[in-house]
Amino acid sequence: MTAAATPRSFQEIILRLMTYWASKGCAVLQPYDMEVGAGTFHPATTLRSLGNKPWAAAYVQPSRRPTDGRYGENPNRLQHYYQYQVIIKPSPPDLQELYLGSLKAIGIDTDLHDIRFVEDDWESPTLGAWGLGWEVWCDGMEVSQFTYFQQVGGHDCKPVSGELTYGLERLAMYVLGTGHVMDMPFNDPDSAIALKYGDIFRQTEQEYSRHNFDQADTEMLFQHFKDAEAECHRILNAEQPDKAGRTIIMAHPAYDQCIKASHLFNLLDARGVISVTERQAYIGRVRALAKACADAFVQTEAGASA
Amino acid sequence: MPDILIELFSEEIPARMQARAREDLKKLVTEGLVQAGLHYASAGAFSTPRRLTLAIEGLSAESHAVREERKGPRTDAPDAALQGFLRSTGLTKEQLEVRDDKKAQVYFAVVEKPGRKAAEILAEVLETTIRNFPWPKSMRWGSGALKWVRPLHSILCLMADEGGSEVVPLDVDGIVSGNSTDGHRFMAPGRFTVTNFDDYRAKLARAHVVLDSADREAKIWHDAETLAFAAGLEVVPDAGLLTEVAGLVEWPVVLMGRIGEQFLHLPPEVLQTSMREHQKFFSVKNPKTGRIEGFVTVANRETADQGATILAGNQKVLTARLSDAAFFWDNDLRVAKTGMGEWEEGLKAVTFHNKLGSQAERIARIAALAREIAPLVGADADAAEQAARVAKLDLRSAMVGEFPELQGVMGRYYALEAGLPAPVANAARDHYSPLGPSDAVPSEPVSVAVALADKIDTLTGFWAIDEKPTGSKDPFALRRAALGVIRLVVGNGVQGSQLRWLELGNIQNLLFKLNAQENGDGLGGLLILALLDRANGEFGLKLTPQSYKVPHELEEHRKGRNYLDFKALVDGGYKDEGDGVLAFLHDRLKVFLKDQGIRHDIIDACLAMPGNDDLTLLVKRAEALSATLKTDDGANLIQGFKRANNILTQAEAKDGVEYSFGADPKFAEGPEETALFNALDQAEKIITPAMAKEDFTTAMTAMATLRAPIDAFFTAVQVNSDNSIVRRNRLNLLHRIRTICGQVADLTKLDG
Repeated sequence: MTAAATPRSFQEIILRLMTYWASKGCAVLQPYDMEVGAGTFHPATTLRSLGNKPWAAAYVQPSRRPTDGRYGENPNRLQHYYQYQVIIKPSPPDLQELYLGSLKAIGIDTDLHDIRFVEDDWESPTLGAWGLGWEVWCDGMEVSQFTYFQQVGGHDCKPVSGELTYGLERLAMYVLGTGHVMDMPFNDPDSAIALKYGDIFRQTEQEYSRHNFDQADTEMLFQHFKDAEAECHRILNAEQPDKAGRTIIMAHPAYDQCIKASHLFNLLDARGVISVTERQAYIGRVRALAKACADAFVQTEAGASA
Repeated sequence: MPDILIELFSEEIPARMQARAREDLKKLVTEGLVQAGLHYASAGAFSTPRRLTLAIEGLSAESHAVREERKGPRTDAPDAALQGFLRSTGLTKEQLEVRDDKKAQVYFAVVEKPGRKAAEILAEVLETTIRNFPWPKSMRWGSGALKWVRPLHSILCLMADEGGSEVVPLDVDGIVSGNSTDGHRFMAPGRFTVTNFDDYRAKLARAHVVLDSADREAKIWHDAETLAFAAGLEVVPDAGLLTEVAGLVEWPVVLMGRIGEQFLHLPPEVLQTSMREHQKFFSVKNPKTGRIEGFVTVANRETADQGATILAGNQKVLTARLSDAAFFWDNDLRVAKTGMGEWEEGLKAVTFHNKLGSQAERIARIAALAREIAPLVGADADAAEQAARVAKLDLRSAMVGEFPELQGVMGRYYALEAGLPAPVANAARDHYSPLGPSDAVPSEPVSVAVALADKIDTLTGFWAIDEKPTGSKDPFALRRAALGVIRLVVGNGVQGSQLRWLELGNIQNLLFKLNAQENGDGLGGLLILALLDRANGEFGLKLTPQSYKVPHELEEHRKGRNYLDFKALVDGGYKDEGDGVLAFLHDRLKVFLKDQGIRHDIIDACLAMPGNDDLTLLVKRAEALSATLKTDDGANLIQGFKRANNILTQAEAKDGVEYSFGADPKFAEGPEETALFNALDQAEKIITPAMAKEDFTTAMTAMATLRAPIDAFFTAVQVNSDNSIVRRNRLNLLHRIRTICGQVADLTKLDG
């Protein structure tokens, strides 16, 4: 495949990735409608990597990492950013080649650049998940995470899912040659109304940075954390069958509460009110939720191994 | 004699695992072949990021036939015996032979194992090796169950001789062996077939793969030095990085770039660490300025633009990374210049260990210890305390947050920026040392004091909360801390008892523990009070009962029996009750000295002497004794001493007296006995002043001169004479031998 012309905007890179992975047979999903720390949290990855039903999906996931907020001043740190996520189960034998094809699709000419697969084992203590793989380097810059899932929510992944995660802003800045994320063209720079990344996100970065670091009501957050935790367990322990005699395991609604708890924990962490020792305990509580949701999901039709 | 070529081709193998994997592949396959009855001339293993390769030369074409005979039970033995024999041989009764053996008939099993083809054996051995390969971490992929470090794509397995080469058939979970491999992922993708190792290696080279990691390392280093030299610069050697980088590329292409002017003010350690950890760059130094001014990166391919795009990309990433570093540095300097108070405050919130408190609490304990230790190591007490208070402040700095391995190094820079004197700043850098057995030992007095205080607080702290190392478990690296204490004390010749240090460390950690457990009233409060009084009275600390929740009323109970009991206990000083910290230090000292070739019984002999809480003294004793025992006179002296001691001990036990009245030369009979008296007098003249100076070598050398007179005495003289006066005198003489020879070490503890 010859390299395509260089894209001109952030959104063009997203569109090209969408087109590319759609052409490779992935279902192009939309972002999950909740606050998450990474694309992995989307149930399309976390839950669907369990059980033995084949699966192939690609999607953009807005991700929030409150501690990374820099009031929009840092050239490449944001508390809200986009991840592009691809998940294929079972992992195809040519996944590396497919991935390299996606780089070409967004204008990275592998004849001119130095692409490397550098060991990086992935572990998510909050999801009770781990996998082996690499961070992919392009000329020394990490452009993606490439992981073969081995375990999620404490369950062995059989078959194994292959997961690709692209940090979109960083990748796009590299491809577009932008020095500061806020200067990056979001839509085509020749558009009648040309918008830069900063036109859309500078103000929100400021607002959320202040909120995350100084203003988020910690007492309320602690309470919400407890509520989400309790609700997650309650949903999973609901009486079966329901009044109409239907047995419906509510793995997804319960998992929503797990996602909430995880984000609340991240906010509390950004507020600096969780000590080093407490930290481990909170991570353990979120992991317990993730595990309970995984336990429930594998009993459902979508998550079964039969 | 065929040659073998094996290649296991996979997705990228982590660089750090490749060297070990090469060795494991070679070992497992060759051992398997040898166990199956084959032999080979030589074997060599190779690795690139995508392949593990093994070449074996001169393998025997087949294994020898083996004929094995086993004798079984007699034919008239119970059936159970026969059944057992059949089970163990795997034969049926009909296959057994019956032979005459000593008047009875006996079953014999004759098992003939025919020779097997090498290819057949190799296929089995390789499959077993692949299925059981000892990767540090391995994984499954796709729908399969096979585990490998990353997905395994192909197996090449060839057997080649003069007649040509053949694929050794093998099928591991659907991966079928063949005779082809793949070239460089980007520069020469596509499979090609090979016939033998030489062909393989040559075709790989044409396909832009350098098979041997040593060749890749050599090329990288040569090209890096050449590039740097041409620019009047030099590459900073980094063997670990070189190995790692060689494991990341199949076709190394070295590129050199410059660090932006705006970053050259950063400390060299920051530049080096950032470049090495994040980018795997080598640092390039300008010998004229002594600064790190450039970098070398190693790409995995050649490009039409001679690497210009790759270098520009790397440069850009470096600029972003160093901008971060510069941001941290500038922020940190602001805090440092205002005296680092912000970090001091921040460390109150950082837990060291949930049972041992915050870093701030630990620092206070270390500061008190550093003060106590200072005079013994020749340091100023105020400087030592100040150094202890600032040594760990950099843990709160942004730079150490990003690069934990720079702890201490940054501490020194920031302490200097804060206007602190050089010895204090150096202690911040050096107080973690020595980290490993080969790490340099600090020698500046203030650094030594803080380094010792740091380790003694660690040891007494974890002892106080009962977290001692057991077996292979040592999660808090207490063995390393103990070895650190030993090397700091012995390496700097620090003299004096270490018990006081342990006592202070122990009191402080006990107080912390009690404070967390107790309400401060009742008996617990009185114990706290006794410990506080000891800490303040004996060690000059200024701890207040209030900060330990001890109520005022309780202080009036200082005349009460309970307080006085505690006080007596506490005033007794640090007691090493069998498995205390001192015993642990002694234990580690044995390991330390054994590594220097000093036998464990020599150390035991020295440990039995008083003053064993002074490690320097202990080591001096052990070294002197060890040196003496290596001489003929020394070794024989021990025999003479033991003989004297045995006779004397038996006599003392039998007679119920101690023969310590002193022997009188006037009762000496014969020249040997007189000579011994004289020799003892002579030796004592040397030994007594030597011992006063703790010059154990001179003392031991003088003792060794006693060997000949003692031997002569025992040859010529019967100690248990019929004449009771003579006997008593001789026993008293033996007592003199025991006393004189027992001054450096308890020689009865020596083996043999």
